[in-house]
Amino acid sequence: MSETKVKKMLFILSKATLENVYAAFVMANGARMEGIESEIFFTFFGLEAIQKKKLEHLHVATVGNPAMHMPTMLGGLPGVEAFASNMMKKEMEKLDMPPVGEFLEILSDSGCKLWACKLAVEMFHLEKEDLIDELDGILTIGDFYSRADQEGTHLLFI
Amino acid sequence: MDKTIAQATVSVDQEGYLTDFSQWNKEIGTEIAKEQGIEMTDKHWAIIDYIQQKFKEEEPLSIRGIKKSGVIDIKEFYALFPGGPLKKATMIAGIPKPKSCI
Repeated sequence: MSETKVKKMLFILSKATLENVYAAFVMANGARMEGIESEIFFTFFGLEAIQKKKLEHLHVATVGNPAMHMPTMLGGLPGVEAFASNMMKKEMEKLDMPPVGEFLEILSDSGCKLWACKLAVEMFHLEKEDLIDELDGILTIGDFYSRADQEGTHLLFI
Repeated sequence: MDKTIAQATVSVDQEGYLTDFSQWNKEIGTEIAKEQGIEMTDKHWAIIDYIQQKFKEEEPLSIRGIKKSGVIDIKEFYALFPGGPLKKATMIAGIPKPKSCI
């Protein structure tokens, strides 16, 4: 395989559904494993993935998600979302995919920078103590753009 | 294809991974590491041993596995093998490149 032209991946994670959070994490980790720099900017609902009290309780969307192959009304019944989420977590564990908290530790140890969006942190009235210890800081979107400081940087919104 | 590493002829794939682990020895590992810009130390060999052990047990390698290995932590792993640690470590260990996404 030839050498990649991608040198740095910047992810903006704006959602807290399991499938979106894991997509961001797998891609960010995969980048580091290939020797590519990676950073994640958590904004709006994406902030749930770095809140100590919430990060292990993320769910997969069962309503408004045609890929669940489940009638929308059924997806909205109490407990269905939790059930589907647990099923998915079990499947992920089989593939040795770490839970959210451990995945964040792995990312941080791998040199992936983790940032919280200042505007969203203020909007949700969050304090630094509410967020994971591995967090590298709270940035404005302008600060985050300035992280795109080299050729071959790509930005991805999830 | 064949490649001469440390005075031995070994078969490698297009990316330079050994295709036959039985042809591997420490001198070859040291030489591949040098090509990758890595000078091997005891700490490097400890993790190579671990990786080869997992390979012999046919257990898939992952970064999470490295974390649990007790041999090394992830920060050290990245520091010892800069620029794609598992990719480089498996090449030095003489085993195939891991196919996992995690």
